[in-house]
Amino acid sequence: MSRQLRYFEALREAQAQLLATDPHTYLIGLGVPGPTGIFGTTKGLQEEFGAHRVFDMPSSENAMTGVALGTAVMGKRPIIVHMRVDFAVLSMEPLVNQAAKWHYMYGGKLKAPLTVRMIIGRGWGQGPQHSQSLQAWFGHVPGLKVVMPTTPHDAKGMLIAASRDDAPVIVLEHRWLYNIAGPVPEEPYEVPLDKAAIVRPGRDVTLAATSYMTLESLKAADMLAGLGISAEVVDLRSVSPIDIATLVQSVGRTRHFIVSDTGQESYGVGAEVLAAVSEKAFGSLAAAPIRIGLPHIPTPTTPALADLYYPLARDIARAALKTLGSNRALPPDDSDPRKWKDVPDPSFTGPY
Amino acid sequence: MYRQMLRIRLVEERIGVLYAEQEMRCPTHLCIGQEAPPAGISAHLRRDDLVFSGHRSHGHYLAKGGDLKGMLAELYGRETGCAAGKGGSQHLIDLDCGFMGSAPILASTISVGVGAAWAARMDGRDQVVVVYFGDGATEEGTFHEALNFAGTFKLAVVFVCENNLYSVHSALDIRQPNRPIHSLAAAHGMIGLHGDGNDADVVWRLGGEAVARARAGEGPSIVELATYRWREHCGPNGDLELKYRSDAEFAEWQGRDPVRIYRDRLVGEGLLTAAADATMTAEIETEMADAVSFAKESPFPAPEALARFVYPS
Ligand SMILES: Cc1ncc(C[n+]2csc(CCOP(=O)(O)OP(=O)(O)O)c2C)c(N)n1
Ligand SMILES: [Mg+2]
Repeated sequence: MSRQLRYFEALREAQAQLLATDPHTYLIGLGVPGPTGIFGTTKGLQEEFGAHRVFDMPSSENAMTGVALGTAVMGKRPIIVHMRVDFAVLSMEPLVNQAAKWHYMYGGKLKAPLTVRMIIGRGWGQGPQHSQSLQAWFGHVPGLKVVMPTTPHDAKGMLIAASRDDAPVIVLEHRWLYNIAGPVPEEPYEVPLDKAAIVRPGRDVTLAATSYMTLESLKAADMLAGLGISAEVVDLRSVSPIDIATLVQSVGRTRHFIVSDTGQESYGVGAEVLAAVSEKAFGSLAAAPIRIGLPHIPTPTTPALADLYYPLARDIARAALKTLGSNRALPPDDSDPRKWKDVPDPSFTGPY
Repeated sequence: MYRQMLRIRLVEERIGVLYAEQEMRCPTHLCIGQEAPPAGISAHLRRDDLVFSGHRSHGHYLAKGGDLKGMLAELYGRETGCAAGKGGSQHLIDLDCGFMGSAPILASTISVGVGAAWAARMDGRDQVVVVYFGDGATEEGTFHEALNFAGTFKLAVVFVCENNLYSVHSALDIRQPNRPIHSLAAAHGMIGLHGDGNDADVVWRLGGEAVARARAGEGPSIVELATYRWREHCGPNGDLELKYRSDAEFAEWQGRDPVRIYRDRLVGEGLLTAAADATMTAEIETEMADAVSFAKESPFPAPEALARFVYPS
């Protein structure tokens, strides 16, 4: 069997290999050299590569992103890490007004090869300010590339590709993927930053998804298989650009389309994907496509409301039945061992 | 002040025990070891004075007079919580006592507090606003921007920095230059005070000076208080096994327990007897037991509550 790594280990390995192979790469973020090392993803890297390559950071997200940009235009390849997307919100100015535009607005004379890792939180009452999934904000800005790897394999390959890319790249990592294992080759490799992946082929309906919602879509595909419906699951992997060609091909075969995103449904990645699919593959669609995402509500803290807030596999399967015009009902599911659904699995006891 | 500190200590310790039941399902930052600043500062505040805080806010909330039942119910995610279950430990509020809100995005409430003081000025009220934050928050740009404005307008704000030497696991000296945080006051045209944040009398003296200046319209101040967090950054446990701080350093600060220091002083001066101390403890225990059962017996918010309060109706 090929070697298995967990998602966080794959990210750590990617950074270790980047630090080892490119002297211009450096790693910075609050807690990066600390004893818990950003949920294990940076643990031990300062010991291995030295305090001149791996840095802690004051909680100055705004200025430090500008500082990283300054080093990037001078030829460095910074990887800056934020434990939550919500903290990176403080760095919107240097990302949006500056890093995204420095290549363009100086007529191609400068490059900003900056990689920004941000973790999307969920569960254990992280609430309104620790669980936002703002990929659509970044996707909206020309000049930024935005990726959301789902598997350990893609986490490693996309982080390496992001760091080697000459544009600023935002890498969004969902916290609930961190402990999931999968095959990861040992040598350094790149996974393209602009290609979706068909992770489960099927005939009747396309379930496209970002990040953690890909796992829910796979579960939904299992539920649908139980009803004799064959669902194709497409992991978008990249949010900007969106790999429209793969989606159009898939819909050309299945003629039914659902997209699920970890972020807000309105003004979200799902909206963009549905617009693109409707424009480019309208003739293939046998029924109205459906997007699934978070409601237009801040994340509530109490598990009683958070459990209602996040869409699950059953919601995706139900949407698929709807677009297929099927009135079949899903069998009841009591296999979930979680009392509250605010943890990825029962072993998780919070807080982050 | 002693009662406030004791109450904060006992409440935080109780939360630490109950957290293991996994019924309080929200990130919780305990302030055990840091009880003196809220007790000493709040002693100078009127009920209509306002307090803002960050992620480690239980002590600030309680010392200002925040309702214990509402706080515990909030930690338990119940409908009766002070934020109706929407916020959890990181978003406490009690408008009845002037606790205007806490939020965990570092330094975010500092400028909001300045705005509250500006509004008080606009309306001609002599309210004082206290904003609490940690050493880490002073690294954010908005901290400096807010101080600049407050200094320029001589607003009635007391900026209380609880310097516990760490931001999560990162030590102060790798994050900031070797200068005291209170020295930043001069850069923003205000007074900088500092002292032992584990000695309630010291806090009381500094807080009195800063609050009096603010009340008199003489402008804002920074009060930097040296203190120390005993538990892990977030959660109920210790964390010495992580080794980001030494056992010796930890032991030294444990030797400077703010609650014990003040108790010993009061007893030594004949102001507190063992019997009075025991009575106080028993009263707080009863209050806590009531509040915990209130919280646990309160209902969770109904599903309709999910979409409530996105916009004012
Ligand atoms: C903008 C932002 N960046 C990072 C964080 C993560 N964070 C939460 S608490 C904390 C430590 C802050 O240290 P300090 O201000 O000294 O307060 P203490 O925890 O020591 O009381 C950090 C970095 C955050 N909440 N907000
Ligand atoms: Mg601190």
